[in-house]
Amino acid sequence: MAKKLSKVIIYVLLSVGAITMLVPFIWMVSTSLKTGPETIKVPPIWIPKVLQWGNYIKAWNAAPFAQYFINSVVVTVVTTVGQLFTSILAAFAFSRLQFYGKNLLFMIFLGTMMIPGEMLIIPNFVTLSKLGMIDHYAALIVPWLASFFTVFTLRQTFQATPDQIYYAAKIDGASDWKYLWTVLVPMSKSTITAVTVLAVIGSWNSFMWPLIATNSENMRTLPVGLQAFTTDSGTTYELLMAASTFVIIPMVILYMFLQKYIIAGISKAGLKG
Amino acid sequence: MINEKPTIKSTLKALLYLLPMLVVTITFSIWPIISSFMMSFYTKYDYYNDKVSAIGFDNFVTLWQDPEFHLAVRNTLIFVVGVVPITVILSLIIALLLNQIKWLSGFFRTVYFLPFVTSTVAIAMVWNWIYHSDYGLMNYFLGLVGIHPINWLTDPNYSLLALIIMSIWKNLGFNIILFLVGLNNIDKHYYQAAEIDGANSWQRFWNVTIPLLSPITFLVSVNGVIGSFKVFDQVYALFGGQPGPAKADLTIVYYLFEKFYTENKYTLAAASGVFLFFLILLVTLVQMWYSRKHVHY
Repeated sequence: MAKKLSKVIIYVLLSVGAITMLVPFIWMVSTSLKTGPETIKVPPIWIPKVLQWGNYIKAWNAAPFAQYFINSVVVTVVTTVGQLFTSILAAFAFSRLQFYGKNLLFMIFLGTMMIPGEMLIIPNFVTLSKLGMIDHYAALIVPWLASFFTVFTLRQTFQATPDQIYYAAKIDGASDWKYLWTVLVPMSKSTITAVTVLAVIGSWNSFMWPLIATNSENMRTLPVGLQAFTTDSGTTYELLMAASTFVIIPMVILYMFLQKYIIAGISKAGLKG
Repeated sequence: MINEKPTIKSTLKALLYLLPMLVVTITFSIWPIISSFMMSFYTKYDYYNDKVSAIGFDNFVTLWQDPEFHLAVRNTLIFVVGVVPITVILSLIIALLLNQIKWLSGFFRTVYFLPFVTSTVAIAMVWNWIYHSDYGLMNYFLGLVGIHPINWLTDPNYSLLALIIMSIWKNLGFNIILFLVGLNNIDKHYYQAAEIDGANSWQRFWNVTIPLLSPITFLVSVNGVIGSFKVFDQVYALFGGQPGPAKADLTIVYYLFEKFYTENKYTLAAASGVFLFFLILLVTLVQMWYSRKHVHY
């Protein structure tokens, strides 16, 4: 009896928490489907009389969101693929190859993870303006083509792969390069998926650097464009919420499909790091 | 493990594998770290031509004397103290509850983690609307329990609280996941042993769960502190490109951003970055020192 009661209390508490987490999302979608006058009704209405799907089209056309969307996709895809490539190679070197200064180099990289990234913005801006890359895709991509977090997580997984597999591949005449791409990478699929998804989320949502590194409207990524849209559009909340919804949706969908990998990735990297 | 010794040949080979990452890291992480430290001592700097004509401590003196910087440090500290302990305690409680159930537990995890994957800017827009003084949801709910409307975003007494509430909401999920992993890793034998010794569930919680979870609690706190010290996106987006009413939400990184981006005072901005680095380092060291006494590995 007491056990049943405590279970009920647990479910009630968790539900209250879950509702608190969800209310902002529900409120966002609900507002995005209202008419202007409906948004300022007191008490608030949760389900509008007529769902104003047109708000999404209006918001999409009120600013160059199509361009922002393309920019975000390009930056996210290239950054993620590039980061994955440099990290897989580096993680392989750290986990499998022998070289002078290995531990020192590893410690230096670990040390750089402690530095607040915000400090690096000023010198990076100076470097990239000298290279003439500011306000181009390059400025949004190149600084993020390496991630020690990704290297570190992949190294953990690569190291856990049994040595016998490596030697068996060697006996079969495979080069290190071939072993890496045809054996090790496919074997580490779930970790690679995890770091990929985390890289995509980070890149898609990043704000401060794209804000600084772009000047012209047609170079903005979605978060920067959304921010500019609010300053320009004032307080038409139904359009603002529609725009917020389509910025958020792609990552929510990605998360729904790949959440077990994301959570596994965080636990792995978070605990060892 | 492999017992091969490094040779010149194997080192060259490894270097080829490391090269792409090294080029990017050296250019965009390691050199900038050195550069930031140097820049913070430049007092006359022409960045177009990269010419330094004087060096000294002027930037740090300016920071020391700038009331706005004091305000930024104060706000940041209040933010850290407001966000971290509550986030740690709430996420621990939720993780403990989630650990007790099977049915729907996957659903709850998904929901609690959702804010983590969403764009800070987009969700800050939503919170901006929730905090609206006349039509916002927050004041409507408060009104139901008889609390008068609060000007969350325009009253300097409440705007930092508004930022703290939103940040706790956004950070919870990440920490819950880490705590859940920690709870999973606790060996069930400890509980059985405690039960045999006659410990009730409350004693088991305090004498088994809490000590064995302490490495995770430590990790979550350090992560939280470092992350909170660097708060920027939330402020910028929640207050529409302003550091809150009457600069009530000006943080250290926001100060750095303003000096750098708006006022083009690169060297002063670099100095505030260096200050932030040492502040984070100091707090992390204090936490590590504390953990050596209280964390059970």
